[in-house]
Amino acid sequence: MYFTRLTRGALAVLALVGGSAHAQVDLTGMWGQLVHSDGPDRGVGPDYGDYTGLPLSAAGLLRAESWSDQKWTVPEHQCEPHPIDYAPWGPAGMRVWSEVDHPTQRITALHQTFQWMITHRVIYLDGRPHPSQYAPHTWMGFSTGKWIGDKLVVNTTHIKEGWTRRNGPARSDKGSLTEFWMRHDNVLTITSITEDPVYLTEPVVRSMNWQLDPGYQHGPYPCSARVEIDRPQGFVAHFLPGQNPLIAEFRKNLGVPIEAAQGGAESLYPEYEQKLKAMIKAGKK
Amino acid sequence: MVKVSLKRRTAASAVVLTLLAVGAAAVQAAQPARRGQAAAPAAAPPLELVTEHVRGNIYMIGGDGGNVTVQIGDEGVLIVDSGFAQNAQALLVEIRKLSKKKIDYIVNTHYHPDHTGGNAVIAPTGEFVGNVRVGVAPRAAIWAHENVLTRVSTSTGSVKEPLIPAQGWPSETYFTASQELVFNDEPIQLIHMPNAHTDGDSVVFFRRADVIATGDLFNTTMYPYIDAAAGGNINGYIDALNRIIDLAIPAANEEGGTMIVSGHGRIADEYDLLVYRDAITIIRDRIADLIARGMTLEQVQAARPSLDYDGIYGATSGFWTTTQFVAAVYSNLKQAK
Repeated sequence: MYFTRLTRGALAVLALVGGSAHAQVDLTGMWGQLVHSDGPDRGVGPDYGDYTGLPLSAAGLLRAESWSDQKWTVPEHQCEPHPIDYAPWGPAGMRVWSEVDHPTQRITALHQTFQWMITHRVIYLDGRPHPSQYAPHTWMGFSTGKWIGDKLVVNTTHIKEGWTRRNGPARSDKGSLTEFWMRHDNVLTITSITEDPVYLTEPVVRSMNWQLDPGYQHGPYPCSARVEIDRPQGFVAHFLPGQNPLIAEFRKNLGVPIEAAQGGAESLYPEYEQKLKAMIKAGKK
Repeated sequence: MVKVSLKRRTAASAVVLTLLAVGAAAVQAAQPARRGQAAAPAAAPPLELVTEHVRGNIYMIGGDGGNVTVQIGDEGVLIVDSGFAQNAQALLVEIRKLSKKKIDYIVNTHYHPDHTGGNAVIAPTGEFVGNVRVGVAPRAAIWAHENVLTRVSTSTGSVKEPLIPAQGWPSETYFTASQELVFNDEPIQLIHMPNAHTDGDSVVFFRRADVIATGDLFNTTMYPYIDAAAGGNINGYIDALNRIIDLAIPAANEEGGTMIVSGHGRIADEYDLLVYRDAITIIRDRIADLIARGMTLEQVQAARPSLDYDGIYGATSGFWTTTQFVAAVYSNLKQAK
């Protein structure tokens, strides 16, 4: 995998503030999710056509605008969980536990399950390499971690094709994930950096928080697909380019110019606010 | 015998010659370069074979043209496809790391030389009990749909010799919808998928291990190669993908369960196949819509109907480019109107 300048810079900053000589901290336990920001996006979900703040490439935008939620009527698609780069976004109450090598008392792996569909992920801490290009991809990918001071840096590859938002923007199977796990008292912060050379021109960076919650428990989450709408074999839900009638609704309702609604790397940065104000003032649709 | 028009034979020979060129070094021992064949590229990339365990007694060897599936057991070894001819010895070395037992069967998913090229080298090293005759050297049985035998055994266009030497031709063929085998206590089904990648495609379903080898009906790294001159068609391709999806059952959360060995690329499962099926169907639908609006091929190419998938499956050079894929789909759909 490759690191962008952003990722390398973040690693350098973390190394400088790494701090504690005792390094590893205990990340295990039951963690209740704290949703301070992006609540609508993480909860009920974004509107069709809202790609604001996503650094989509031209390919990524076409993919997003072609997406149809009728996809979920196809039985083979119904039991797809969130991939690892989206899963912590929510719903993401979390259980974390460790594997310990008894003679050395070294933690050789961390295990993680998420509330949504009880996906199970392993973060290997024993220095093993990532598998070959021919190995299968999974929803949780293949993760290895190493400590930088008291921060855990996790690299994940071999992730199945997934999504960066639940209204169409895809993340290809060439994507990768870097996470920084940081514990402050009983609060856990994970900053994640999703990179995708196909659908993103820059990384998607998110930070999420959890609070240690010993009373929290996962419930079982078995999924079995059902046919609720009789579709012909091979039905694939999609909109032809330029023919999605739903994507204009968001920008019309909120008065957002189309350029802003379509996201793009420029829209990630604070200075874009001035450009957006100017576009709105100029009556740009 | 199947009669093939001169135009189709010429087109088929172009495809075949390109595949041979991609195989890097000329097929010297088994198939000397002849007038009319394309010259091999100057420098071949170093061969790196990678073996991955699929499930149980099923393995995949990647890196030699098409992926090779290997089933091992007390009875012997069965392989699905045999890679390029020039890499056959290296493939044998890799197989022998998995099992020293005799190779009883080669099963070919289709006729292309990156999947059949090793037949002539590997088959004589094996032994199928049904082939044992006094005074005849033992050899493995080579199974394939009968159209594979037709394609590899007949000369095409300007190539005067058959595609692969006679000792690599399928010795056992079927012409019905499927063929059953049992080997190493494993029921194995060869299922014909008509007019998809070619007119002789088989998927190989290891029913106990729950593994499907798809040949080039499914690749994780490239668009479907529609060998139209050999009966390939985009609609047949999509039908085949849908039939394979019907065979596959995931374990949980649309992951695992039936494992799928692709023709090129990684080991996969139903979801990966679903992503591929969806992509190809969407591109076909877009091209069909553009044709319905009266666009020429040039206009369709300019509209870039595959833009959002080119970064995953597309290519701008090599033996099968995005441009060629779009043109093939366009041609198939125009002919179907």
